Amino acid sequence: MRSETGQDQFTLRRRPWSERSIDGGFRLLTILLASLVAVVLLGIFLTVFNGAQEAMASFGLSFLVTSGWNPVNNQYGAFTAIYGTLVSSLLALFIAVPLGVGTAIFITENLIPRTWREVIGVMVELLAAIPSVVLGLWAIFVMEPLLRPFLNFLHQSLGWFPLFSTVPKGPGMAPAILILVVMILPIITAISRDALNQVPQELRQGAYGVGSTRWIAIFNVILPAAISSIIGGVMLALGRAMGETMAVTMIIGNSMNFSWSLLAPGNTISAMLANQFGEADGIQVSALLYAALILMLMTFAVNILAQWIVRRFSLSYN
Amino acid sequence: MTSTLNQPSTSGTLPSCLSLENVTISYGSFEAVRDVYMDIPRNRVTAFIGPSGCGKSTVLRALNRMNDLIEGCSLRGRVVFDGQDIYAREVDPVEVRRRIGMVFQKPNPFPKSIYENIAFGARINGFKGDMDELVERSLRKAAIWDETKDKLKESGNALSGGQQQRLCIARAIAVEPEVILMDEPCSALDPISTLKIEEMMHELKKSFTIVIVTHNMQQAVRVSDYTSFFNAEAVEGGSGKVGYLVEFNDTERIFNAPVQQATQDYVTGRFG
Ligand SMILES: Nc1ncnc2c1ncn2[C@@H]1O[C@H](COP(=O)(O)OP(=O)(O)O)[C@@H](O)[C@H]1O
Ligand SMILES: [Mg+2]
Repeated sequence: MRSETGQDQFTLRRRPWSERSIDGGFRLLTILLASLVAVVLLGIFLTVFNGAQEAMASFGLSFLVTSGWNPVNNQYGAFTAIYGTLVSSLLALFIAVPLGVGTAIFITENLIPRTWREVIGVMVELLAAIPSVVLGLWAIFVMEPLLRPFLNFLHQSLGWFPLFSTVPKGPGMAPAILILVVMILPIITAISRDALNQVPQELRQGAYGVGSTRWIAIFNVILPAAISSIIGGVMLALGRAMGETMAVTMIIGNSMNFSWSLLAPGNTISAMLANQFGEADGIQVSALLYAALILMLMTFAVNILAQWIVRRFSLSYN
Repeated sequence: MTSTLNQPSTSGTLPSCLSLENVTISYGSFEAVRDVYMDIPRNRVTAFIGPSGCGKSTVLRALNRMNDLIEGCSLRGRVVFDGQDIYAREVDPVEVRRRIGMVFQKPNPFPKSIYENIAFGARINGFKGDMDELVERSLRKAAIWDETKDKLKESGNALSGGQQQRLCIARAIAVEPEVILMDEPCSALDPISTLKIEEMMHELKKSFTIVIVTHNMQQAVRVSDYTSFFNAEAVEGGSGKVGYLVEFNDTERIFNAPVQQATQDYVTGRFG
């Protein structure tokens, strides 16, 4: 482009019309695509909100705290499903976070030989590739029968405690929670692994250089440096767990009868929607959409919280 | 191969603190440094100089088992500290690193407060005394107390590069090691910060043995009592260059009357 005669030619070169219009067109296209996302989001929200209005008018906020779900006399309360959604996803997190973060630590800190670390890493990623309907089948035919003796034991020894107060008979909250653990483990592991990998090597050396043991270095220096991204990942996983439908609906029992017990069949909002929407009519549709709206608001809140946490607590190393 | 020289006439007269005996360090199957013998004297500053890639950092990290953190890195030979081979089976590398501290090329304060940066190492090593006093003493020794005394609660990352490096030196001091290893501690710093650190080293050697890697020969002359010159040479059939110790002597002699021609060439800048 630059010729022998000097720079003028270079600096004063006019961009041809075609090049400028391509630039402009591209800009327009990206704006269009970006706003499409917003439009779709808004559209979904408005549709759900509109559909839910009838139920909101007739049940009000008591919909959130009553548990009857009776299509015969059209009385609806979503408490069973809300309780199920919150309890199943929070307990799943409670189990999956130590497992996932622990796995990430094993993969990133050289505690075990590299080949083992890579094998474990690949296996966790493959876990994410299993379709949820397959996990659901596995839960029904393999996991739940294997789990039942243990759940029986829990009931027999801790039956006085509300969470274990019913006899486990098959599908229920407990196996649903475990299947959720399997489903969110890859996200938590992958995000924690990336977060730990981003902790500068110098920081690790600094920790070991003042005489830290492995555990002290990991728990006092490396994890705190990565914690904001890890929490962000955990919140994403929480959103995923609350919205997860297929595997859960296959194993949770889909019961709208409220029980505190984890050993009893239960329901989540997404499982309930998947099960009932097809046959619902009249105000039941509206009640389901009301529940869907609640679920959307819950996952929105979780996602916003995740972003806020990442921004608020992220550390800079410069 | 050039014979490695260990001048008994110089280091032999001083009590030696760390001795390398026929040390060879490899990364996987690649030998990075070969057959190093050296007696590092106590309460002196010893500088490692030499062209880059000749294994200075590798040898330095071997002195407090920092190489253990690098997968595939292995060491043959003995590194004797206080009469004990630090690579012996029963030796805990954590204890080695507590007694032989390290300051790195890039300042790496913990993402914690200035106070915590200093207190952390002491606390994990079971320090029971007055922490405030220890923090102040360490920061003073590292010549950074005046700049930080009003903001001990602020993050160590908020300091300038030179201040961060002095904070890292204070952090190393706070653990009360016997030896402090420094790997090009000033290479990322401005001349004034560099000067401050060099001045501080003259103070520090009263209480610590210091080993410093530097690519700056003037710096070696200014701060060190002893200098070892490393070089690297290609080996037949090898993939890369293997480093070795060419000469170890008084800094004075290394720069004015080196025994080896290679040293002479290097210190006079005639190095190819
Ligand atoms: N972590 C590592 N893994 C593999 N090879 C390394 C590593 N660190 C250094 N080396 C190799 O060892 C040799 C010496 O490196 P180094 O000790 O960093 O030299 P210097 O500090 O003198 O510049 C070089 O050839 C370098 O490529
Ligand atoms: Mg180096």
